[in-house]
Amino acid sequence: MADDQSLFGIHGTALALRSQRLSILASNIANAATPGYKARDIDFSRALDLASRGSSVDQAANDAVAYRVPVTPSLDGNTVELSTEQTEFAENAVQYRTTLSFLQSRISTIQRALKGE
Amino acid sequence: MTVARPMNVFDIAGRAMSAQLVRLNTTASNLANAGSVSSTKEGAFRALKPVFETVSGGPGIATVGVSQVVQSDVEPVKLHSPGNPLADANGDVWQAGVDTSAELIDMVESARQYQNNVQVLQTAKTLTLDTLRLGQ
Repeated sequence: MADDQSLFGIHGTALALRSQRLSILASNIANAATPGYKARDIDFSRALDLASRGSSVDQAANDAVAYRVPVTPSLDGNTVELSTEQTEFAENAVQYRTTLSFLQSRISTIQRALKGE
Repeated sequence: MTVARPMNVFDIAGRAMSAQLVRLNTTASNLANAGSVSSTKEGAFRALKPVFETVSGGPGIATVGVSQVVQSDVEPVKLHSPGNPLADANGDVWQAGVDTSAELIDMVESARQYQNNVQVLQTAKTLTLDTLRLGQ
């Protein structure tokens, strides 16, 4: 883990957390029609903070999970609002890609250094 | 229900898609039987409804499954139709208890939610492939 940290910095952890958040948001979308289901989400900055203080990625993600507060609660107790979930999902996907491109540039920097170009 | 390995996005969206497909199938059979008649109230068709249930796959992660399919409480409608060969002594038949407009709304809703899950699957697939190509 320590080697990962020195090579990829915070981006390795961020990518793992983004992937965890993708699963949680996918769970919310999957349960959009389940009565009584409570939507959840990761507080990303809190999770990243916990992970950079030494928690494992899984532990940090679990500790930062919280229930979403619905804008308009529905009668069957389900708190999934598809508009919110889809926006968050799309945003998270874009941020995952952003982290990927940070990692990509780090990798090409190292490759260039190794080849001595 | 426990899954041996941790549930990933593909499990979540895949199982949600099959649950929505069960819902779409029940809607189709309800609509197909909407006009059917029977000579007794008990024998008349009643709409079938799937019961969705959250299937947990670890903290914060959950997919959905169909726990059972139940009969709805929409009552069959009594029609006076003496010419019908199924009519009872009073000349009445019982028409299937199906709320056609509610079924159509259900159909559109489950189709939309199926599409949402397909979209989730597609995004997850693209991101995974992009991650695989890292460093190339």
